[in-house]
Amino acid sequence: MTADTGRTASTPRQRGVGSRIAASFRYALGLPMLLLVVWGLVGTNETSGFFPDPLTISEAFVDTWVGPAFVEDVLPSLYRLGLGVAASIVLGIAAGTVIGLAHWLRELLEPLLEFLRAIPPPVLIPVVMLLLGITDTMKVVVIVSGAVWPILLNTIEGVRATDSVMTETAHSFRVSWWERLWFLVLPAASPRIMAGVRQALSVALILMVISEMFASSAGLGYRIAYFQRNYLIAEMWSGILLLGLVGVFLAVAFGFVERRVLRWYHGIKEVNRA
Amino acid sequence: MSVLTTRRLRPLRKTLLGVVGLAGFLVVWQSIPTLGLINPQYLPYVTDVLARLFEQLVDLAFWRRLRSTMTSWAIGLTVATCAAVVLGTVVGLVPFLRRATHTIVEFLRPIPSVALIPLAVLMFGIQMQAALVIIVYASFWQVFVQVIYGVADVDAVARDTARSFGLRRREQLTHLVLPTTLPYLMTGLRLAAAVALILAVTAEMVIGNPGLGRMIELSRSAGDAAGLYALVVVTGLLGLTVNLVFRFIERRVLSWHQSVRGEEVR
Amino acid sequence: MPDRSTLLRVEHLRKVYEPTTGSVEAIGDVTFTMDAGELVCIVGPSGCGKTTLLKCLAGLLRPTSGVVEMDGAKVTGPSPAMAVVFQEYGRSLYPWLTVRGNVELPLRHKKLSRADRDRLVADALETVGLAHAARSHPWQLSGGMQQRVAIARAIAYQPEVLIMDEPFAAVDAQTRADLEDLVRELHTSRKISVLFVTHDIDESVYLGQRVLVLSASPTWVQEDLAIDLPPERDQITTRALPRFTQLRTHVYGEIQRAKRGQAAAPRSAP
Repeated sequence: MTADTGRTASTPRQRGVGSRIAASFRYALGLPMLLLVVWGLVGTNETSGFFPDPLTISEAFVDTWVGPAFVEDVLPSLYRLGLGVAASIVLGIAAGTVIGLAHWLRELLEPLLEFLRAIPPPVLIPVVMLLLGITDTMKVVVIVSGAVWPILLNTIEGVRATDSVMTETAHSFRVSWWERLWFLVLPAASPRIMAGVRQALSVALILMVISEMFASSAGLGYRIAYFQRNYLIAEMWSGILLLGLVGVFLAVAFGFVERRVLRWYHGIKEVNRA
Repeated sequence: MSVLTTRRLRPLRKTLLGVVGLAGFLVVWQSIPTLGLINPQYLPYVTDVLARLFEQLVDLAFWRRLRSTMTSWAIGLTVATCAAVVLGTVVGLVPFLRRATHTIVEFLRPIPSVALIPLAVLMFGIQMQAALVIIVYASFWQVFVQVIYGVADVDAVARDTARSFGLRRREQLTHLVLPTTLPYLMTGLRLAAAVALILAVTAEMVIGNPGLGRMIELSRSAGDAAGLYALVVVTGLLGLTVNLVFRFIERRVLSWHQSVRGEEVR
Repeated sequence: MPDRSTLLRVEHLRKVYEPTTGSVEAIGDVTFTMDAGELVCIVGPSGCGKTTLLKCLAGLLRPTSGVVEMDGAKVTGPSPAMAVVFQEYGRSLYPWLTVRGNVELPLRHKKLSRADRDRLVADALETVGLAHAARSHPWQLSGGMQQRVAIARAIAYQPEVLIMDEPFAAVDAQTRADLEDLVRELHTSRKISVLFVTHDIDESVYLGQRVLVLSASPTWVQEDLAIDLPPERDQITTRALPRFTQLRTHVYGEIQRAKRGQAAAPRSAP
């Protein structure tokens, strides 16, 4: 957000820091505010009732989600999401490293993995339901079954592409196998792994919502579908808003972790650009 | 002589191993219900699933459903791409707009498109339009973000050069911005095509508009395991085809560019 | 009967690349020895298999035939008595580790106490003049400084011989002179043996006590030349000596001969 603010503020030195921050704020909040006002005007004058104005939605948001519903519907959903993502990361990186390091294994599994990855993940929900019944485990397994592929395939690709000179360096200094894994192979693959995790997060969120819409009597996805079926429009919108906030939160949290893990990577890019 | 043969054997070995891998997968699958590890009611025999798959392939109704799915996929992808290219170019080229829209983009992009399913159903019922809302929303961002990156990637020196030679705005667009953005656009398009397919099927499953997704949901509720698995295989093949086709197009369009830009997912 | 001070013995080394690139005889028949404490430079025309030879010596490549002996023991894999400094410093240092982390990495599996390890790392960085940059990352440093880090990593490993593969080919001329003096300095003050591969004739004459001139591929040692310049060397005065000019002209002529393939092989092909 701060990366490109400096360039367009034409005379930063003359205007001072305060007004620069003010300008950034105007830019950051100007359009969203404008849109909210327009929405408010449209919402109050519109007759179908599908677009309630922002105030009604925010009231519904507080009434619906602040309170026991948060513990009953939101937290379990987020818990399953977290569990599924964590399992996908562990599984994807572990399997991806093994496959990426063994040439023959990669050739053996490549077409199969290409196929499995190409299956639209939500299609697996009925399959997993059939195998595991409608349980919490099933919802976590659904998330893993969709989110593991981008991580797995990116890890394979990243591990495979480890620089030959770096590997030779490790060999010549007789660095042990585990040290090589930890200090060379995984860090070298980390930019790709993180790209995979980013994709996995959005897939996981989609699967969390769908699996709950599909087969559940609780959870965020279930609630939103329930509101819609009962024509509780403002509540439905508040649910969409909440999902949006979850999405934004995940993106921000990921960005934070990514910047820490890949500090060296972004650093190199910056040096090359200069 | 021996060198030539080993060289020619390499790709052959790769293909062979790949086929062995697939075959091994099928054998494992077949043996799980055979050994009674999982009830065939839940995990049907591969042979049954494949038989059902071929049954589908000669059934006209199946092709009609496939057509519905691919129609909403194609319309959704086209609408999203056109909108994203136009908006992305405009926003990317005008610094004021880029700054002004930043917050709103960063908020809207991570919203999972499936969250909009209830809204779409409210507005359009169980028709294709409801599915289109979801497809367009999801695939729009894939292209939009790439176009913005692409437009921002135009080399400052190249732009100054173009200006100093007096190239008009329009010429700059075709000779400078377009070639720089094209690789990004193709990446975005490839990602969007995959996403659009996922959501086309998903929408049919959840909303119930006709297509493969609805058929999957129907076979599940009917307890027709073999039919369900056959359809899952079909969607997988479909996804594979879409990936391959768009990768091919990308390589074709960017054959002059390949060396400049590596295959980096961002 | 090997001499007592013989450190490295190479006998009838031959390397043929087979499977992927087609059958290419990279190294024909290389034989030489190197005594402990020596600084030997290897020069040859481009594409003569210098890097292949060096990888065979370092135990990174298995020779097709012939023997490499280090301290009387046959080299079959990377040996703790050797440390390699690669040409591509950008790819041989790990960008996710700090300078300190890079130097420390090879010491991790050596059974050293924490204090000993720290001392070795600090000492090595001090020697190459990078004590202040320990917490930086390699990519924050200039090319010359990065190669200093690679040298520090090699000397912290405490090898008996330092093997350097065209280490200064990618740095600018002034930095290069500084780095050459650093290698001379390491050799004289630390008594480290150095095997220095280069394509630069001046560099080989300036640095070496001996210069081995390689033939074009399939490679053999075309000449083993003793450099009779005074041990105290200096970028300006040494390079201005008439003897320096004679030696480099001689080596230059040998390389030209090697390129044209005029020199006769030690024995006819088997």
